[in-house]
Amino acid sequence: MQEHSISANNFEQCQKCAICTTVCPVLANNELYPGPKQAGPDGERYRMKNPVFYQETLKYCMNCKRCEVACPSGVKIGDMIQSAKLEYGKRSHIIRDTTLASTDLVGPMASAFAPVANLALSMKPVKAVLDATIGVSKHRTMPKYSSQTFESWFKKNAAAKQDGFRNHISYYHGCYANFNYPQLGKDFVAVMNALGYGVHLLDKEECCGVAMISAGMKKQATKKAQHNVKVIGEAVAAGRKVVTVSTSCTLTIRDEYPHLLGVDNSAVRDNVVLVEKFLWQALSAENVKLVWKEDYKARAAYHVPCHQEVLGWSNFTIELLQMIPGMELTVLDSHCCGIGGTYGFKKENYETSQKIGQPLFDSIKAADPDFVACECETCKWQIEMSTGYAVKNPISILAEALDLEKTMEANR
Amino acid sequence: MANNLKDNEFDVIIVGGGITGAGTARDCSLRGLRVLLIERNDIADGATGRNHGLLHSGARYAVKDSESATECIKENMILRNIARNCVEDTQGLFITLPEDAETGFGLDYQKKFIDACIAAGISAKAIDPKDAIRMEPSVNPTLIGAVQVPDGSVDPFRLCSANVLDAKLHGAKVITYTEVTEFVKEDNTIKGVKVHNKKTGEDAVYYAPVTVNAAGIWGHSIAEMAGVHVGMYPAKGALLVFGHRVNNVVINRCRKSADGDILVPGDTVTVIGTTSTKVPFEECDNMSVTREEVELLLREGCALCPSLANTRILRAYAGVRPLVASDDDPTGRSISRGIVCLDHETRDGIKGFITITGGKLMTYRLMAEWATDAVCRKLAVAEQCKTAVTPLPGSEPKDQYSEVKIPQFAGANLGMKASIGRQGSMVRKIDFTNAEDRELVCECEQVTVGEIRYAVNELGVTSLRDLRRRTRVGMGTCQGAFCIGKAAAALAAALGKPEMADQLAADYLNERWKGMSAVGWGDTLREMEYLQRVYKSSNESK
Repeated sequence: MQEHSISANNFEQCQKCAICTTVCPVLANNELYPGPKQAGPDGERYRMKNPVFYQETLKYCMNCKRCEVACPSGVKIGDMIQSAKLEYGKRSHIIRDTTLASTDLVGPMASAFAPVANLALSMKPVKAVLDATIGVSKHRTMPKYSSQTFESWFKKNAAAKQDGFRNHISYYHGCYANFNYPQLGKDFVAVMNALGYGVHLLDKEECCGVAMISAGMKKQATKKAQHNVKVIGEAVAAGRKVVTVSTSCTLTIRDEYPHLLGVDNSAVRDNVVLVEKFLWQALSAENVKLVWKEDYKARAAYHVPCHQEVLGWSNFTIELLQMIPGMELTVLDSHCCGIGGTYGFKKENYETSQKIGQPLFDSIKAADPDFVACECETCKWQIEMSTGYAVKNPISILAEALDLEKTMEANR
Repeated sequence: MANNLKDNEFDVIIVGGGITGAGTARDCSLRGLRVLLIERNDIADGATGRNHGLLHSGARYAVKDSESATECIKENMILRNIARNCVEDTQGLFITLPEDAETGFGLDYQKKFIDACIAAGISAKAIDPKDAIRMEPSVNPTLIGAVQVPDGSVDPFRLCSANVLDAKLHGAKVITYTEVTEFVKEDNTIKGVKVHNKKTGEDAVYYAPVTVNAAGIWGHSIAEMAGVHVGMYPAKGALLVFGHRVNNVVINRCRKSADGDILVPGDTVTVIGTTSTKVPFEECDNMSVTREEVELLLREGCALCPSLANTRILRAYAGVRPLVASDDDPTGRSISRGIVCLDHETRDGIKGFITITGGKLMTYRLMAEWATDAVCRKLAVAEQCKTAVTPLPGSEPKDQYSEVKIPQFAGANLGMKASIGRQGSMVRKIDFTNAEDRELVCECEQVTVGEIRYAVNELGVTSLRDLRRRTRVGMGTCQGAFCIGKAAAALAAALGKPEMADQLAADYLNERWKGMSAVGWGDTLREMEYLQRVYKSSNESK
């Protein structure tokens, strides 16, 4: 008679088992949040009846998507909540949310005045004003801005030699590598070049829009998505994979574009890949060789970011890191760090954010590594601020552990 | 009316706690009569609780039965004012599909239909098919014509309960799970009833100068018991409940009434129906839905709204229309659903006995008015009917969600708001002040412990099935799989009988199982497996 129930976000597959509620980091730490089952499929039935049943408390969802990872029925609980926020949510802290979300608008300005901006954002009175006026938590250590963006470094120092390599990829660097921490981009270029890949930038990538989606800025996020799908499409048409370093950008481009913004990315989706997966695949196809430094020694603890859990690719990172001869790697139990992108920067979420992260902070302190390995920049801010341990992106760890010159020779 | 009555003496006894009996009990008590309402199961257990929940505009009857159509639109407008927490103004569409033109129900018929509606006082206007799609995106996009009418949805459980509650607030005594075993008859006069309480096993006798038979299809045997014959026949109607709202506007077919041609959004779900099959009286107490009926409803439903083909069906159920046989039409469709009010004194020479039957959910208030008028004539009471202008309990505020204020709490849940949707302004009687009362029990339908306590204290709930009719507990996606253990415990505690919890849960789940079995495939089958695992294992661990 009927074969399948088909509905947006697999809404109808929900069996009401409530497993999602057992894994939600927010529910356990903030009694104001209704939890993924209520905010998701249960609330959705009521919102379908009458939008009056939309609850503003859905804003407490940090979109970690652990509920989706846990759901045995494949229900897109996180997407359902994000969609409801985009559809019905009121935007209460417009200045703050727009500022936090518009990373590639604020980024260039902050980079231009980086020393001033960094100093100002670290001063207590400034933080107190931001807290009181626009609602950015004064307890938060603000991300630092770099005075030279990755893009301008790349154009000046690297772009010219990229055509000389055997293979080619495009690099979606994301806002963090560009405005806050260009070293990440530099490490990426160094490793890829050593492996024989020329690195090319997209035709003006824009912010993936993840923070705009969280802030309910659907129109602006959609514009960015359309642009990115177009320029990624051009790279794919030129036969290049689009390699990324940020788990959240990757998840947004691959899954949130079609699910939340209705932007069709089917032509490019499978070509957008996180660098760790890309490298692992290249290694197993024996396309590349790695030559390690002989004296490299490190004890690292790997934290799997929530969006890496959703992508399901943490094993690639773990295996890559375990290949490093001098590496003593601890894989930490899976816990959300609590930052949730811009979530933890919001005044009302600060306390919840820190409570959520506490088990992770404790496990890091117990492992007492030289540094923490993690692909996510916002996890990095949270962990560094809350534990004092340095956090390195796996690609930066590879850049340190590889003998780049010998590797380059081996892949020539 | 009468003073100095003993505890077992009343002005009027009403047999049947469906919407007709409940409405009659309310009308009689508003007119100052001392009323006893007797129901053999729970209120709204028969046809009242087993229909579409359609607030008919009357358009469906306009072409063939303008009297019913006129009654419907009048009552429709009255219910919108007196029962705001029970009705929803969804509006309705009558659509014409390309294939309808081939069977003589094309756009010519649509014109005839609109004319008939307007003649009956129903505001019907043809709208562009594109506008119809805009108004209701789930509608079959191949439609060639659409007419907008003031249909709506009505929650029959809630409506029945509100009538019973108002009757009680005006002094009526209501006893449920009590069967009439015999009439107290002297010469040719009905003087009272002998009853048997199925729960307590106790027998009792009640007296009144007038008894009203409002027992729906079961009124057939009540009449026989009183020594009169009312030729009724049961016409079964099967329906399917979909897991969520698929449409927010009622969708009908603009053609001669047929099976499965009305799709109603009711509360959190969508219902397709009905069929019409003559069934023997023996089957009325144990209806089940056949595979053929499910297939037929699904097929016809998909013509109204193609996405039903891929929408999870929660359950199937069937009710019995209490039709008064006036000819031997095997389908029952050519019968006017007109109201039949029989005074058995003039008709059969039996004094003190009235039968009110026929009609439909939509016209229950008018049926009650007719029956009460007849009662008042017998009792020589001159009070006029006030039910058309007196709001039912819970109905007062115009905009329920914004005007009914509930206390604000940190972590206030959807359940508090959902309770407003169900109980209207009566929600004020629900205690939300402590965390335990705010605790959600049924998560699909957002029922809190507080609402369960309210239903036990004010609405005469004794079982989970009763509770379901007052609060929608266990009516949602999981059909009780996730919540019934909790609900049984909360109910048993509210009843002061914690030891009953297991039995309450078992009774309820067996009833749900039956409805799910008829549509046991896909996600519903998964839900059934899940339900079975949960309760089997919890049973085994004891």
